[in-house]
This record gives sequence, structure tokens and C-alpha cells, in this order.
Amino acid sequence: MKIAVCVKHVPDATVHKRIDPETKRLDRSGESTLNPTDLNAVEEALRIKEAHGGEVVLVSLGPAKASDSLRKALAMGADRSVLVSDDAAAGSDLLGTARVLAAALEREGADLVLFGQASSDGDGAVLWAAVADRLRRPMISQVAALTVDAGSITGKRQTEHGYDVITAPLPAVAAVSDAINEPRYPSLKGIMGAKSKPQESLALADLGVAAESVGEAGSQTTVLELGPPPSRGNQITIEDDGSAAQKILDIVLERRLL
Amino acid sequence: MKALVFLEHYAGELEKGGLGALSKAASLGEAVGVVLGPGASEVAARAGAYGATKAYACEDDVLASPLPQPRVDALATLVQKTGADAVLFAASVLSADVAAGLAARLDAGLNWDVIDLSVNDGELVGKRPALGDTVLVDVGWKGGTKLALIRSGALDPVESGGVAEVELFETSFSDFATLAALVEQTQEEVTGPSIEEADIIVAGGRGLGSPEGFTMLEELAAALGGAVGATRAVVDAGWYPYSTQVGQTGKTVSPKLYIACGISGAIQHKVGMQGAGTIIAINKDPNAPIFDFCDIGVVGDLHQIVPKLTELVRASRA
Repeated sequence: MKIAVCVKHVPDATVHKRIDPETKRLDRSGESTLNPTDLNAVEEALRIKEAHGGEVVLVSLGPAKASDSLRKALAMGADRSVLVSDDAAAGSDLLGTARVLAAALEREGADLVLFGQASSDGDGAVLWAAVADRLRRPMISQVAALTVDAGSITGKRQTEHGYDVITAPLPAVAAVSDAINEPRYPSLKGIMGAKSKPQESLALADLGVAAESVGEAGSQTTVLELGPPPSRGNQITIEDDGSAAQKILDIVLERRLL
Repeated sequence: MKALVFLEHYAGELEKGGLGALSKAASLGEAVGVVLGPGASEVAARAGAYGATKAYACEDDVLASPLPQPRVDALATLVQKTGADAVLFAASVLSADVAAGLAARLDAGLNWDVIDLSVNDGELVGKRPALGDTVLVDVGWKGGTKLALIRSGALDPVESGGVAEVELFETSFSDFATLAALVEQTQEEVTGPSIEEADIIVAGGRGLGSPEGFTMLEELAAALGGAVGATRAVVDAGWYPYSTQVGQTGKTVSPKLYIACGISGAIQHKVGMQGAGTIIAINKDPNAPIFDFCDIGVVGDLHQIVPKLTELVRASRA
């Protein structure tokens, strides 16, 4: 079984994120790391490989330095990585990103494509559905438990109303939730071994993707203006002296929130 | 502007999120509802009361299960048939997948996490908080069909009392779109409104001390007519169901009132609830980060305050 895991290199959680007012894009100059919920997808791929054999390939679109993040996932146990890195792809919206990833995934021809729950910088949590449509493959999202057998996958999807159990024949796309597993820490052996694992870097031309169909040129969405969020206004602090409950109710009634 | 609004229905009712998007679309131009699945036409008729002049319904059995890919086919058919300028979705597990699939299918721009829409000089503009709601971004679309995924709870349904003409339509399905199949559905027991729909949410975190602490919150929520939410930490610990999780890896909610009990206010939780109208935080730690972004900060023991508040609310409503 060949499993491809789509992962993203994102600004580290400790970095104060800002949007560059010039380019209106996220400033990615600071410390970056592997998107935290992608670790669950890598972990799930490794477990499937351990049970069924096969190969785990990481697929990513990002700057050249994303190879550092990919190495972390290789240290967990993934076999190799494919990074599509091209200046023309910078600033891609959902469409451009889906186009590039779908092209890279077509080239790999994996039986199963996995995504994590959401990127910590873009927060869209929709990419898999666009990629699945481009690949013309069945897709299951928000998967909290996944079973794989000879020719199909079965996923337990978490929804607003409960759980749906959905099955799909392979090849398929699945997006896992962070409830699916606890990602392993790389072992020292894994970290040392990762340095010699194949890390391929591709340009758009290698995938036959036209530069004008991605990046800012290929985006169908635009950022018009940046502004501060609406202020929360004056804050009230109440130290409880036994009357806090009454004070809360008074405020709630005064503001007509009931 | 002519906008199609994807209306999800559950247990025979149109969901509130979609109706909020419909009312907004009606305020900006022509609002057309879309309801899919067996029984759709009867449900679709109710869209008129929230501003739809027309509602399309497709009753195909392929659309019986809540799976996204056949819905992409149906909406793509309808965009072509109606020449709609925009398609609006209210965020949910299903709608997010349908919206992104449709974006890829139509090569159409999708803006997500949109909290408001307006038309400036004839162009659709969306408001979208980004980077943990530290920035408010005006987003636009270049051309083609404009797709927007509206943040849960951001737009309120407005009853206009109109009537929508319901038109049935047929669609074909892509070969790959019907490969996934629903084999089982388990509904979680929910009493009262779901957290996406509730105007009031009482949420609990580790500060509750134990899973039993949620009983106290359920009582307060019931008295207020609201729903109970939970942080990721307590859901991970198995104290409360995942369907109530508010935060980056759970639901994003925008109720009118959010009462955070024993919640420290980690960024993971903050991004899911900071769109609430009024935030009341009850925490015994005066240095908890939640006190930096709430409206009313109460420093004290929630085990004392919450039951007392429940009693007072009951008394005031009796």
C-alpha cells in the first residue's frame, strides 16, 4: 500500500503571526515548523504501513526551507518526501494549492492520500475536498477512526450531530481529525536516519503546472484590506464576594442577553 | 447579485446557519435557496420566510446520505443552469467539503471564515477575521462564481415572511462522486440547542475539576435556554463529547452570550469563541489569559457562583 500524506510548513506557534501590509500575505520569515495536526496524518499513515506494509510519501507545497519540517516527519518514520517549491506558487489560494498538490499526487499514484485536520496558519480546513475533486477520487473528512482493508477504507466521521461511518474504495482521500491518534515522537535512530532519506524537490514545470495557473496570478480570491479586529470595549472585572452571581445576572438582563 | 444559498436540513428542519446566509443574501440582492435530498421540496418551501424568492430542490436518492461529493455535482449543475453570481454556505463538516469541492470543480474562488458580506461598487466583499482573530481582512473575488463559507453563527436569520417558489431540478453525478457510501449513522444525545445554533453557550474547561462539574453547567445552560460547550482538554480527557468542543480543532461559535467556566483561554480555545457577542469568564486564577479577551471577568470559585447563578436565572424567569 502506498500512502501519500500532504503536510504543510507553517509559522511556529510561538511566533507572533503578522500579515505583511505590502504583499498582504502572511509573513513567513520567522521560525517555522510542521503543521501540528499534520502529525496525526503522518502517524496514521505509519500505523497503516506497519499493519499492511508499503510506503509513506510526504507531499508538500512550500518554500525551500520546508524541507526541515519534512525531515521531522521522515524522522517519525515516513520513507521519503516530495516538496514542490517554486516562487511562482507563492500566494496561491485554495485553487492554486489544490492544483499543485493534485499534480504531485497524480505523479505518485498513491492508494491513499491523507490530510491533517487544519493548517494553523490558513485555518481553511477544506483543501482535501478540492484536491479530491481534482483527483476524481472518493473522500472522507473529519475521520476520528480509520480502518483499511484490501480494497477500501472505512472512516468514522465526526459531525455536528454525531458520527457517520463512511466507506470508500481505494484509491481514496481521507482527512483525519486530531482525535484519531497520539503522534509518536521521533526516536534518536529515526532522527539520524532521516538525514539519508530521499528528499525530492520539484518545480512547477516538473509537474506540468503552468505558472500563471497558480500563485497570485491563478488566485480567484483577493485580500483587499487589512484592519484591526473590532475592539471588545470596556472590560468589567468582578471579584467574587458572594454577590458575583447576582452581578452577572444583572449585567445579562441589562444587556438583554436573555 | 444573484446568490444561491446551500441550505442544509436535519430532521426535517432547515439549519439556522444556512438561513442566516440566506437572509444576508436577500439583503444584498436576489437570494435563491438550494435544498438537496429526498423530501427536499417540502423543506425548501420554508426558505421563503427568510428572504428566498425561489428555492431549488433535488430529490435524487443519491443525495439521501449527507456526503459532500454528489452535492458538488448538484450545485455545479445549478450554477450553470441559473448563472448565479455567488454560492453561499454556512460552515459545517458537510458544507465545508461541498464548498471546496465546488471551488475546484468550477475553478471558482472560495473565501472561508467569512463573518459578513457586503456589496461595494457592485462587487461582493467579505469580512474575515484571520490569524486567531488578530486581524480583520476584507476579502474579494476576482471573477467567475464567488463562493463563501460563512463562520458558524455569524449571520442571524431574519424572518421576512415571504414565499419562495420551489422548483425541482435533476442532476447527473460524476463517476467518482458516488463511490463513498454511508454505512452507519450514530446520533449523539443532545438536549436543547446544538452549540452552533445556540444564542447562549455555557462552556467548561479543566477548572471544573471533574467530569461531574458538567452537570452544574448543564443546569445553568438549561435555565438560560442555551447549550453546553467544552474545551479540547476536557474532551481529550473524556469528560464531555467531542461534538461540543469549541476551538481550533472543534467548532467555531458566535453566540450572543458565552459563559466560560474554569477555562484558562488557550489560543486553541480562543479562536473558536472570540466571535461571541458578550464573553463572561469565571475563573479562580486572576492571571488566566481568558481575562484578557472577555467582557466580564469574574474572579472566584465557579462551584459557588454557577449554582447560585442557575438559581437566580430560574427565579428571574419563573
